[in-house]
Amino acid sequence: MNAAVPVFRRSRTSKVVDRLMRGVLWAIALAFVAVLILFVGAILKQGWPVLNLGFLTKMSETLDAGGGIKPQIFNSIYLVVLSLGISLPVGLGAGIYMAAYAGQGRALRFLRLCIETLAATPSIVLALFGMIVFVQAMGWSFSIRSGALTLALLNIPVITRVTEVSLLAVPRELKEASYGLGATKLQTILKVALPYAATGILTGLVLTAGRAFGESAILVFTAGTNASAQFPDFRLTVPGETLSVHLWYVTSDGTLPDAREIAAGTAAVMILVLLTLNLLVRLVDRAIRRRTR
Amino acid sequence: MLIPTIPETKPIKLSVRDMAFSYGQKKILDGLSMDIHAERVTAIIGPSGCGKSTFLKCFNRIHEVAADVDVSGDIQIDGVDIYRGGIDVVDLRRRVGMVFQKPNPFPKSIYENVAFGPRLFGVQDRATLDGIVEDALRKAALWDEVKDRLKESASGMSGGQQQRLCIARALAVNPEVLLMDEPCSALDPIATSKIEDLITELKESLTIVIVTHNMQQAARVSDYTAFFWLGRLVEMDLTERIFTTPKVQMTEDYITGRFG
Repeated sequence: MNAAVPVFRRSRTSKVVDRLMRGVLWAIALAFVAVLILFVGAILKQGWPVLNLGFLTKMSETLDAGGGIKPQIFNSIYLVVLSLGISLPVGLGAGIYMAAYAGQGRALRFLRLCIETLAATPSIVLALFGMIVFVQAMGWSFSIRSGALTLALLNIPVITRVTEVSLLAVPRELKEASYGLGATKLQTILKVALPYAATGILTGLVLTAGRAFGESAILVFTAGTNASAQFPDFRLTVPGETLSVHLWYVTSDGTLPDAREIAAGTAAVMILVLLTLNLLVRLVDRAIRRRTR
Repeated sequence: MLIPTIPETKPIKLSVRDMAFSYGQKKILDGLSMDIHAERVTAIIGPSGCGKSTFLKCFNRIHEVAADVDVSGDIQIDGVDIYRGGIDVVDLRRRVGMVFQKPNPFPKSIYENVAFGPRLFGVQDRATLDGIVEDALRKAALWDEVKDRLKESASGMSGGQQQRLCIARALAVNPEVLLMDEPCSALDPIATSKIEDLITELKESLTIVIVTHNMQQAARVSDYTAFFWLGRLVEMDLTERIFTTPKVQMTEDYITGRFG
């Protein structure tokens, strides 16, 4: 054996520290999951007695007990779909532009800064902006269209960012292979980059949908706190109270005798929808992965 | 500049005259001139960082995808300048195919990988596509191994199969030139020898330029060998002569392993 080379041995303390850290990280993760379970459990426990077919399928009441949340469920879904319908093409286009067409210069950095700022803007600020512009200046009052457009402002930066990041993560080798065969830039984006980035973009899209679904501040100021008496009411000009707005409104207004029960039930429904949505992300993600990789 | 002196019966396919290549402020290649003959295999050898791969990429202008570069001098394909001759870069890349260092199949099925190129150029008819795919896979000596699993994902193949798939994919658009950038560096010896056999078959109808770190490989597959050093062409000659009686001392030192 070469005497100049010392015998390397792992020190005892590094082993102990390694074990210790593993334990600490485990404990943190466990505590977090425990809090989450308690939280969701408490909401579902309070909401469960209220949850029945009548609650889900009856129109809401404004003064009497025993109202349902049918129009609010409809409005929540309708607003999420409308806002995504606006923000998906815009965000996708902006993300593709930033990842593939914009140069690496100062303009792109500035654009990225703008988008990140917009993404970090508190929703109450967007809410007031939406109220001033759509509700008042445009004269659309509290309506589905005011709500959907303002909600789209919340979604666009997130979808843009997710699209850009997913596209930048496409391996250079794949793009080179595509260009090497004579593909144009657009063909490379459409046939190679976007399919590869699809899981990332879809995941981001569903998360955005979840955030829009739970959003309240924006909708209180733009879509209003009233639900149409018709069902289903697809008009864009009528107010459209959503589940989260309803939850806030009944508890703060206080005219409903069964406000507590309604709030508990509404919260439970929202939690269940969000859980389903997140499960959906995983399923979609797995399906796409299996197909393309 | 040394140019082979034996009578060559094949026409010149690619010609390079006094070419220089810079990336930003950095000069990668300088004062390069050479002729590459049709239906011959030309190997480019030299130590890492000597500009071999960069040189290869100039022939299909693929480097333009990643960065701003400056190419001066003349590179011609069949006598037409590929940088200034009014050639459409998309058409150039169809005519000059490329196989990369690391196998890079698309995350699609085997069939879709090969059909990708023809589809770009508007081939939609299923029977025509089937024919092109089979033909390309046969030329790449892969057909018998994959004919029963064309719909399966390419990522399930071995590295050697993936690289032959990439060759098939390049062949499917009927190129005139095939550029190979160290195509065997990620492969085991058996897969490597399959690719080498393939190169020898393909040169019947193609012009092949191959960058390699493997001296034996250059000796086995190429007709001509060019030795690069620090962005310059030191010597180019018939492979046989480069490996037996090189004219420049540095070439001999490199191929005998004294430096590099």
